[in-house]
Amino acid sequence: MNYKHIFLLFCIVTFSACTKTFYNTKIEGKQINISDSLELSQQIEDFIKPYRAHVNKNLDSVLAYAVDTYSKRDGNYNTAIGNMMADAVYEESNPIFKTRTGDDIDFVLLNHGGIRAIISKGNVTIRTAYEVMPFENSVVVVKLKGAQVKELIDYLVNAKRAHPISKLNIVLDAEGRFKSAGLNGQPLDFDKTYNVATNDYLYNGGDRMNFFQTNQGVQVLDYKIRNVLIDYFTKIDTLSPVRDNRFIQLKN
Amino acid sequence: MKRREFIQQTAAASALIGLGGMGLTSFTSATKKITILHTNDVHSHIDAFGPDDGRNPNQGGVARRATLIEAIRKDNPNTLLLDAGDIFQGTPYFNYYGGELEFKLMSMLKYDVATIGNHDFDNGIDGLYAQLPHADFDFVSANYDFSNTIMDTHVKPYRIIVKDGIKIGIFGLGIMLEGLVDKKMYKETVYIDPTETSQEMTRILKEDKKCDLVICLSHLGYNYRNIPDRICDLKLAKTTKDIDLIIGGHTHTFLDKPTVVKNMEGKNMLVNQVGCYGINLGKIDFYFDSNKNKSANGTSIVV
Repeated sequence: MNYKHIFLLFCIVTFSACTKTFYNTKIEGKQINISDSLELSQQIEDFIKPYRAHVNKNLDSVLAYAVDTYSKRDGNYNTAIGNMMADAVYEESNPIFKTRTGDDIDFVLLNHGGIRAIISKGNVTIRTAYEVMPFENSVVVVKLKGAQVKELIDYLVNAKRAHPISKLNIVLDAEGRFKSAGLNGQPLDFDKTYNVATNDYLYNGGDRMNFFQTNQGVQVLDYKIRNVLIDYFTKIDTLSPVRDNRFIQLKN
Repeated sequence: MKRREFIQQTAAASALIGLGGMGLTSFTSATKKITILHTNDVHSHIDAFGPDDGRNPNQGGVARRATLIEAIRKDNPNTLLLDAGDIFQGTPYFNYYGGELEFKLMSMLKYDVATIGNHDFDNGIDGLYAQLPHADFDFVSANYDFSNTIMDTHVKPYRIIVKDGIKIGIFGLGIMLEGLVDKKMYKETVYIDPTETSQEMTRILKEDKKCDLVICLSHLGYNYRNIPDRICDLKLAKTTKDIDLIIGGHTHTFLDKPTVVKNMEGKNMLVNQVGCYGINLGKIDFYFDSNKNKSANGTSIVV
């Protein structure tokens, strides 16, 4: 470094000191975990308290009584809890759909993975509905042609999972192959068009239920599945769903 | 601000800084420190996770975050508190109060600026608007055009805050809503290309307004490995200039430390995101010096 450079440096430093221009020299970045080693702010805690009390009181308000514990694992092709959910969607949604369109829902299809918790024996509360259905998904009714309904049946036959259905009836033979599918005791007519109630997650391709993509229209009911459950639980006194014959495999 | 280099703790770097230090001792020089605190995707997690939680036992909670923020502010009053969106949705508090409690608590914690996430439309744009009276902080979004919605004039593209004489420009970016949020929720909100918007914002904030720091509050998402065409924070960082820090959200990305990215001019900058649910608080400290020599050697980034 020669004298000219030092002089230049001197000028710059002097100049910047006078005008007080500030330069970013260093950046330090990190994240701090919010753990229980931090004390609670009493002011914030006191502010939250009444809200928390109200939410908890409401969540714990009893709507019905479950005579048993119901899990989505109890059953191969249909489960009591899944049947209850699909039936509740039919019962609570059909009047709304009928008022809006003059038409009826033909059947309901939900997904087995969408049952997020068990229902324990004892009091059924609003919290139960939040546990079983924490997501915000809501009911949609999709008009499907017979060809897509056939795809839907194939999907269920191949999946061999207890995806909740209501009004629909599927029978597999002893080898697990498709035998028959019916609605209200009548065989499905794949030349007909059907109104299928499901949730918006599945309608949008969730769980690879791609058959919903080719449709003849959709009715969004603005009705959350959780609210379906809350309304259903409110209506009944005792919750005692059963496994039945809606989706079965025949024995030899 | 001169050429910025990510200096690892090397002997060469120390020598250079040492030289600058020599200049400093000879003349009167002042230093300043700006602290940026940030959260993202808190999703109505007002209470801490319980001790029995399978994934995040005893983590998070607004009352604990408040204690931490207060301590940091006491240490450095020149602190900003920012949120990168998805304030709403995730616990019954949102279902019961529609976001009122979230906004009231953020106001008590003295948040300065937030941007809007896709879940903040979950009660519709009207639901978001209805909670605005509870928010004593500003919303910024430069790429959502709200002019044909009820939110018109309630969201600014950017905000400039001066702390200790340092001018800090903060602009917001939101994710494409189509296909992610029901149209009847976001109504006539128009999504504008984030990269183009950022170029306009940095021109305004850096060139016109002469900001010392430019921060982007983004809800675009950190990175989409399987969808390389989708805009994300890492891509935005590489294809823009004059952004010092991108604070991200949406993808609930937990990083070990902030990511150093070279922008389109080859300058190092930071992209950060702190997971979700109020489990972490991001803290970025910017040090300023009136001695230009210190910065002539490049801004050192320590992460």
